[in-house]
Amino acid sequence: MTDEHDAVTGDEKSSPVEVLSHGRRSRWSRDARGGRVAGRGAGGAAGGPATTGGSGRPWALFVPAVIGLAFLVLPFVGLLVRAPWRSMPELLSGDVVWPALRLSLTTATAATAVSLVLGVPLAWLLARTDFPGRRLARTLVTLPLVMPPVVGGVALLLVLGRNGIIGRWLDSAFGITLPFTTAGVVVAEAFVAMPFLVLSVEGALRSADTRYEEAALTLGASRFEVFRRVTLPLIAPGVGAGAVLAWARALGEFGATITFAGNFPGTTQTLPLAVYLELQDSPDAAVALSLVLLAVSLAVLLALRGRWTTGAQA
Amino acid sequence: MTTPPPHPDPAPTADAAEQDAAEPATAEPDASAAPTEDRSGGRSMPAPALEARLVVDRGAFSLDLPLTAASGEVVALLGPNGAGKTTALRALAGLTRLTGGHLRLDGALLEDPAARVCVPTERRPVGVVFQDYLLFPHMSALDNVAFGLRAHGQAKSEARALAYEWLERVGLADLARSRPRALSGGQAQRVALARALAPRPRLLLLDEPMAALDARTRLEVRTTLRRHLAAFEAVAVLVTHDPLDAMVLADRLVVLEDGRPVQEGAPADIARHPRSDYIARLVGLNLFRGTATGHDVALDAGPSLAVADAADGPVFAAFPPAAVTVHRARPDTSARNQWPVTVVGMERHGDQVRLDLSGPLRLTADLTPAAVADLGLHEGSEVWAAVKASQTRAYPA
Repeated sequence: MTDEHDAVTGDEKSSPVEVLSHGRRSRWSRDARGGRVAGRGAGGAAGGPATTGGSGRPWALFVPAVIGLAFLVLPFVGLLVRAPWRSMPELLSGDVVWPALRLSLTTATAATAVSLVLGVPLAWLLARTDFPGRRLARTLVTLPLVMPPVVGGVALLLVLGRNGIIGRWLDSAFGITLPFTTAGVVVAEAFVAMPFLVLSVEGALRSADTRYEEAALTLGASRFEVFRRVTLPLIAPGVGAGAVLAWARALGEFGATITFAGNFPGTTQTLPLAVYLELQDSPDAAVALSLVLLAVSLAVLLALRGRWTTGAQA
Repeated sequence: MTTPPPHPDPAPTADAAEQDAAEPATAEPDASAAPTEDRSGGRSMPAPALEARLVVDRGAFSLDLPLTAASGEVVALLGPNGAGKTTALRALAGLTRLTGGHLRLDGALLEDPAARVCVPTERRPVGVVFQDYLLFPHMSALDNVAFGLRAHGQAKSEARALAYEWLERVGLADLARSRPRALSGGQAQRVALARALAPRPRLLLLDEPMAALDARTRLEVRTTLRRHLAAFEAVAVLVTHDPLDAMVLADRLVVLEDGRPVQEGAPADIARHPRSDYIARLVGLNLFRGTATGHDVALDAGPSLAVADAADGPVFAAFPPAAVTVHRARPDTSARNQWPVTVVGMERHGDQVRLDLSGPLRLTADLTPAAVADLGLHEGSEVWAAVKASQTRAYPA
């Protein structure tokens, strides 16, 4: 896959990657402030060899496109330019970053695990069975994607909070309380992240060739064995892409986490919460933390470049 | 992985996917009424091993096929695309549910919609060789073959050892570790055969086993397949649209048109007495076994036959009925293949008359009605039959 292609068809998350990893692209973006010149430059880049003549060029598309690109990219450029590179070692070695980073990584991984355990069977249910209300169920599954995470946090409090519908029972029967605990962070993150995984796996299941499963059945494998030994390996790329999407979403989760799990350093203060808090006291530390998060996201994206587009489409 | 060729019968595939998905919800496998593994009944009784009436009603298309077969018998379902061959095969495997009729294997009732009995696919003692093989792409050839054994409860190491033996049997032991995408069409077909046979099914189903192969590989695969089918002790049902495959591989043909059987019998009988133009065209082949030495084939039936293809060892020699010429006296031609014969049957099919000729060889010949009138042929006529060597083919047996 070429860079051009990624930049054109990829979602907004891939654009900053491209820009940061290719100096040329950032230059064009900066030129965008200059208007026409930048427009021509970007036009040549995006349109390839076909756009040599000037008359047919759709400026009405190019100009907003380039402004849009700049809008998405400039904040990251700003972050890099204004980052306190000198004092970075001290800022990062403070007692905020590592606990928060560790907590973020572990909770995001745990939330991804929860999403896998519950989300893959859910995707199977949506893709391979037909039951009344399946379409409604599918819509509800995608609800956390479009809902403000804060609303999710409030909803989780009402259900799993100490006085919540299920939370009260969990508390009295097992002595389990979720809100304002590390487990609560995982719950909040999984709630927001699981739909990404479900949709990705569902798509993979729908496009998988069911005749392999039939072949496995004729060989005497039970339905579950067929799923485990044939279906799952066949849709592994889709599951992988979904897991990474979910993990990235969980890592950046803020609204639901702070609402449901609070902001206690060491137990529920994940990296995004730490960034927000540090911004009040020491903006430099916030910038340093943001760079850490950005680096982690970038590493994930780069590691997945090959699979990104195919996995998301599957 | 090779791109799977278009399914000859696409409708059932889509339908079956739907059906398969719905199965957990709708299946009512009554365990008590559906004995699966008990085959003791079949052994003692002279009843056929496979006894079925496959009824699948799908509105626009309906299949109604009575099908019986004895142990060790190879039955070929032959017919044009869309005739219902693949649907019948899927119904036997339990991948398409019957809407009527019944299915018994070795005395055990596998499916009977009226009695609400349906043993699910995974509990039927069947093995299937699919048209494009459907080898699991993420497993080695060995693990593909071991899959069924493991599903039947064998330990991993044991299953692998047995699978290896099966690969040896089909001559692919050295490719045990290969992934399916690294195999040629013929090799994949043999792995698929080993995979289907390994769990020792009581009913082997083959869906167009040669369709995805090129002509050269076909010869080789047909030979392998023939050997394994001959050795297979249970029932084998083969779906094909290739009359040669059907005649070479099967003991009995069932010709299917529009979901109904139109003729059934031994391949040679059907070739001699086709009941319709379609069957006459389809199964029009004179086929003999023999031993080849170069261009000469000593036929098991007696005389020798000069053929176009040079070969050595056991072969099938075949030529179409149109290649046979009939003469009132011994022809004065260069044709080396000529025999005195007696007309024992004449049937008109479309613009051709099919003659059943008896002599040193039992032959089928297609003549125009004008030629039949010129020669003054009638049943009992003593004539000469000739075949040009250039119109014969020899296939390794």
